[in-house]
Amino acid sequence: MTKDEIRETVLRALAQVAPEADLSQIKPNLRIRDQLDIDSMDLLNFVIGLHKELKIDIPEADYPRLATLQGCIDYLASAQARG
Amino acid sequence: MAEFVMPQLGADMSAGKLLGWRKNVGDPVQRGDIIADVETDKADIEVEVFATGKIEKILVQPGEKVPVGTLLAIISEEGKPGAAAPAVPQPIPAKPTAAPAAPPVRAAAPPPSAVAAGPARLHISPVAKKLAADLGIDPATVSGTGPGGRITMEDVQRAAQTKAVQPVPAVELDRPARMRQAIAAAMARSKREIPHYYLSTTIDMSRAMAWLAQENAKRSVEDRLVYGVLLLKAVALGLRQVPELNALWVNGKAAPSPDVHVGVAISLRGGGLVAPALHHTDRQGLGELMRNFRDLVQRARSGSLRSSELTDPTITVTSLGEQGVEAVFGIIYPPQVALVGFGKIVERPWSSEGQIASRPVITATLSGDHRVTDGHRGGLFLAAVDRILQEPDKL
Repeated sequence: MTKDEIRETVLRALAQVAPEADLSQIKPNLRIRDQLDIDSMDLLNFVIGLHKELKIDIPEADYPRLATLQGCIDYLASAQARG
Repeated sequence: MAEFVMPQLGADMSAGKLLGWRKNVGDPVQRGDIIADVETDKADIEVEVFATGKIEKILVQPGEKVPVGTLLAIISEEGKPGAAAPAVPQPIPAKPTAAPAAPPVRAAAPPPSAVAAGPARLHISPVAKKLAADLGIDPATVSGTGPGGRITMEDVQRAAQTKAVQPVPAVELDRPARMRQAIAAAMARSKREIPHYYLSTTIDMSRAMAWLAQENAKRSVEDRLVYGVLLLKAVALGLRQVPELNALWVNGKAAPSPDVHVGVAISLRGGGLVAPALHHTDRQGLGELMRNFRDLVQRARSGSLRSSELTDPTITVTSLGEQGVEAVFGIIYPPQVALVGFGKIVERPWSSEGQIASRPVITATLSGDHRVTDGHRGGLFLAAVDRILQEPDKL
C-alpha cells in the first residue's frame, strides 16, 4: 500500500469517529485530537478501524505515534513494511 | 390493561414528538420490546414497553408532539382483565415515566388557589422581585398567595418550575438550541431545589494505570480498556459501601435504588450532552463493561439510545479530564442525589512511606444532595473509590 493509500485509509477511519469533520482541512503535522475534538473512546475506535482495514496490530504503547496525520502515515507505512 | 405513555426521559424533558410506531394494533409485545421512536430535545430515542400483551389501541399518530405522560397506546396484558380504554388521549402532565426501574418523577404540585395579582400594581416583595428577575419570570404572570395576594418567593419559585415544564415552545428551535434550553431548565431546577455540597480528593492512579497497561498488552485491539471504565466500576462498587448516594429524590424523600445504574455524561458532537445509564454497572466485569460503554457512546452519538437508558440512571459520572480539566464540580441531575466528577490524570509529586516520587494522580469529586447525605458519608464514599482503585485487579 502506498503512502497515499494509507493516508486515505487513515482519513476513512477518522471519518468513522468524527463524521461531522471536514477532513480536507486537517493539518498533517498538528495533533488530530486538537483538530477534531476526539476523546479516548474515539481514539480507541480509530485504532480499531485502522486494525480492521490494515490488519496491523497497534500496541497501546504506540498510540502516541498516531497523534498526527503524518505520524499515522509514517507509523503505518513502517509497520506494514515490517510485515 | 396497561398504559403506554410518553415517557419522561430525564428531568429536562417536558414533551416529545412521536416519530413512528414499530408495532401495529393487534401486534403482540414483550416487556422490553422497542415499540416506538420518540424525538426529544436531545436525541431520537427508542422507547421500550414495560408490559407484555397485545397493542389494543394507538392513540397518538406519528408526527404529533405531546406532553410527557400523554397516553400513546393501550396494551392489553396477558392474563389480566380488560378495562375500558379512554376515548381520547389524555395529557397527564409530567406523569411518572413508563419505566418501572426508576421511581416516578413528578412535576411540582400545582400552586394552591391563588388570588390574582392586580393588573395596575403588583404586590411583590423586593426579594421576590429580584428572584423573579434572576429566574427570568415576569411577575405579572405570577399568582400571589401571600397576604392580600402578595407575590412571595415561593410563588416565584413555583412559577419558575411551571415554566420549566411547559410543554411546547412557541417558536420551534433547532435541536442544539432546544437541547441547550432543556439542559438549562434541568440545571436551573437542580440548583434551585438541591442544596449541593462538594467534596474532592486526589487519588494515586499509579497502580491502576500500570495494571491497565499490562492488561491491555494482553488484550486484542477490540477488547482493550480505557481507564474511564476502571473509574466507572470503582464508583459503582463504592456505591455499595455508601448506598444512600445511589438514590432518587421522589415525593419529598430519598428512595434508595436497589440497583446501581451509573449514568455516564457523554458529550455530543455539535454540542450538548446526554447521560444514559450503564445498567447494573457494579455487576459487570471490566470487559463486558467496556463493550457496553463503547456501544453506549456510539449509540448516544448516533442518536439511537433506548428510553430505559435515559430514565434509569441512579447517579451520574462525568469526566472532563480529556479536555484538560483537573477537577469537575458538577450539578446533580434531578431526581438523582449525587454526581461524581473526574479530572485529568496528571503527574504530581506524591509522598508515600517517607519517599517523594512523581505519580499519576486524578482528582475525584462528589456533588452531594444535602437533603439526603452529609459530607461525612460523601467523604467515606470518595475514600472507598480511592481504596478500590488501589486494587485494580479486583475490579
